[in-house]
Amino acid sequence: MTALEIENLSVRYGARSAVSDVSLRLDHGRTVGLVGESGSGKSSVANAVVGLAPVSAGDIRVNGVSAVGRRSRARQARLRIQLIFQDPYSALDPRMPVGASVAEGTLATGRRWSREARRRRVRELLEQVHVDPDRAGALPGAFSGGQRQRITIARALAGEPEVLIADEVTSALDVSVQSTVLNLLRELQRTLGLSILFISHDLAVVRYISDEVSVMRHGGIVESGPTEALLAAPSDPYTEELLGAVPVLGRRMTFEETATP
Amino acid sequence: MKRLLTPAGIAASLGAALLLFLVLAGPAIWGEAAAERSVADRWATAGGEHLFGTDDLGRDIFARVMTAARLSLLLTAGATAIGMVGGVVVGLTAAVLPRYPRRFLVWIMDMLLAFPWLLLVLFFTVIWGATATGAMLAIGLSGIPNLTRLVYNLASSVSDQDYVRAARVAGAGPLRVLFRHILPNIANPLLVQASASASVTLLAFAGLSFLGLGVQAPEYDWGRLLDEGIKHLYTNPMAAIGPGLVIVFAGLVFTMVAEALTPGQGLRGAAAAGRAAVLPRAGARPAPVGPAAGDRTALAEVTDLTVAFPDGAGGLVERVRGVSLSVRPGEIVGIVGESGSGKSLTAMALAGLLEAPAVVNARIRRFDDIDLAAPPTRAQKKRLGTELGFVFQDPLTSLNPALTIGRQLTEVSRTHLGMGRARARDRAVAGLDAVGIAEPHRRLGDYPHQFSGGMRQRAMIGMALTGRPRLIVADEPTTALDVTVQKQVLAVLRRAQRATDAAIVLISHDIALVSGFCDRVVVMKDGEVVEALDAQRIREEATHPYTRGLIACLPDMRSDRTRPLPVIDDLPPGGPAVADGARGGDPAAGTRTPAPREESSL
Repeated sequence: MTALEIENLSVRYGARSAVSDVSLRLDHGRTVGLVGESGSGKSSVANAVVGLAPVSAGDIRVNGVSAVGRRSRARQARLRIQLIFQDPYSALDPRMPVGASVAEGTLATGRRWSREARRRRVRELLEQVHVDPDRAGALPGAFSGGQRQRITIARALAGEPEVLIADEVTSALDVSVQSTVLNLLRELQRTLGLSILFISHDLAVVRYISDEVSVMRHGGIVESGPTEALLAAPSDPYTEELLGAVPVLGRRMTFEETATP
Repeated sequence: MKRLLTPAGIAASLGAALLLFLVLAGPAIWGEAAAERSVADRWATAGGEHLFGTDDLGRDIFARVMTAARLSLLLTAGATAIGMVGGVVVGLTAAVLPRYPRRFLVWIMDMLLAFPWLLLVLFFTVIWGATATGAMLAIGLSGIPNLTRLVYNLASSVSDQDYVRAARVAGAGPLRVLFRHILPNIANPLLVQASASASVTLLAFAGLSFLGLGVQAPEYDWGRLLDEGIKHLYTNPMAAIGPGLVIVFAGLVFTMVAEALTPGQGLRGAAAAGRAAVLPRAGARPAPVGPAAGDRTALAEVTDLTVAFPDGAGGLVERVRGVSLSVRPGEIVGIVGESGSGKSLTAMALAGLLEAPAVVNARIRRFDDIDLAAPPTRAQKKRLGTELGFVFQDPLTSLNPALTIGRQLTEVSRTHLGMGRARARDRAVAGLDAVGIAEPHRRLGDYPHQFSGGMRQRAMIGMALTGRPRLIVADEPTTALDVTVQKQVLAVLRRAQRATDAAIVLISHDIALVSGFCDRVVVMKDGEVVEALDAQRIREEATHPYTRGLIACLPDMRSDRTRPLPVIDDLPPGGPAVADGARGGDPAAGTRTPAPREESSL
């Protein structure tokens, strides 16, 4: 069964084409990594899936139901996907207690929640992401970057999503905090059976967390495959270039003497 | 509430209380005296019995001014309220409308905005006649387009925020977004605007009544009193100055309220800056040691460096503590650390770039034979300008967007080296050529936004090279770039270093990058140096638990994908810093507040 299926997706902003003819499959309980440089269109794919960017062609299906368009069935399908944003400093309303932000996420379930049920659910979610539930009444300003990112993860989980899209969720964080967020995502996936589309420009991070990897460039997918196999023997020269550019601890970087501009 | 305890807050509260008192009690206390006619006393000049004198019916003008406070201030409040409510309703409606109706509405408001408000007022006055209520409606309504624009702009900037997008992804409707996210986040600037526009409104009423279009006799407000008084300006100046003073006072109170509502501005901000400027002199500075001491072979060095900033409450926060660092000619030194580790501040102090409010102390702080602790002479300034080069994280903010690349690249040669235009230009071309930018002649005429991110960063390096630097400080030069571009930029930096034999201090959060590019790596944490290591042997030689933790928690292409990543815990020094397991221990959890981004304090 396929949790998320993207078929020949194209996204255009006015005359500019951001994504063209991208296809992706995310199976239940798996993590697919989407790696590429800035401007390669990876965030546009994420935004199109949750309805924040216009789909100009192609289809997006959640559990087989199309999530494109304004029909209520499509809208229901879109709510099964939740997005975690890159910058934890701008992803939480500075004037809203974090508990209320998490509670807002329950809207996506489409069910009516009693006040008490919602309060209990928020505590449960905060516990799940290892944030002290007694601090639900505090404003985001009282939390560190890593804690804020965990709170935005709790908000995404509040919608009981089928698919979680993590868009560069660790690139605004310090490395020591990055590892805690990555571990949390893995743990949540294991316990909740989530399917995750993990978007990042960091090849090592994508490699660590993903079962499969797709490499994007200039709005299209260059190649895809199982993580280990693809990174061990990339068939596309661009993937090879990406791999060669990742700095390795303790290994002196070598540059070709005639580095091209 | 805290804001009310500042000097501006106290003044604003006292002023507002006084105005409120006049509104509530003015007519009761002075109303009788204001109405009491005494033809014998007409045109009395200001004096002990009549503070502002009397009018043509012998009524006491001071009593009339006090009595008129109620009407003047209520009209002001009413007109401001009409403008605010109208502006908020129309502006927020515009913010949630679909694209075309929104454009239409904003377009109409923009047209009205271009229309002089006085003309609008005159137009409304013609419709409703020259009465007090008419004037209030006119001034209130003519304020709407202006406030609509403000509300719409504020709301649009908030609705672009990720938290609003997140609410939409969770299925929140436009009304919920409006009331839960947009309104609370624009409320404060709106309140500030309301008080500021109240003072303008007050003046507008005074002006209208003065023109005979506002309040009509026998009613009177401050504007009418001013109008009546001005006719006798030569015989009794206080008859006009009195009402004028009250109008100015009320306007000032409104402005002060606006000031007090604005966070981090006004008197409070000025006071904090003042304290900061005094502190460096007050701090006990160690006796200056001549630049001859220390490591003689080093090109630049600091020993026992501390950098502190005023904390806003009269104290100092130390952001760098007891750091010593030296750079030999031609050496590439990397400083690695997380946000708040003090790595940028250390490099800036090393290059003599820190200025007030930073409080910098060091036993030795020198570049070559120049003591950076003392104010530099002209000749030294010139040398620092050419022998030090800088490359910053975001070239779009460190290059001036309004000047061509060529203009910025020739600046150092022309101001510090005294070169002519043509020679400076040749040097700039050579600089761009050295960093691998094609057609350098043509590109000199381009503006920074016409360059891609990697090209801008290369241009920055080219700029650093034009002065023939002996030390290049590169602060996160590739953080905003993609890995492949990062590699190209680093290649350029390495080649530049080989060609000029300059020393480089490279600051980065990426320990793998620093170890791959540098000869020596200095690891910093919380403003202190944790350890200094040979870059190539970093994996083997790192002994400090923090360094080991940094190395372990960073996934690389060989990380074991089946196990959770190690996590750095905030344990006391000496304790085990690396704990395996999927616990979400956050190093900043609990006691420490999030480390502010270093750049913000500079």
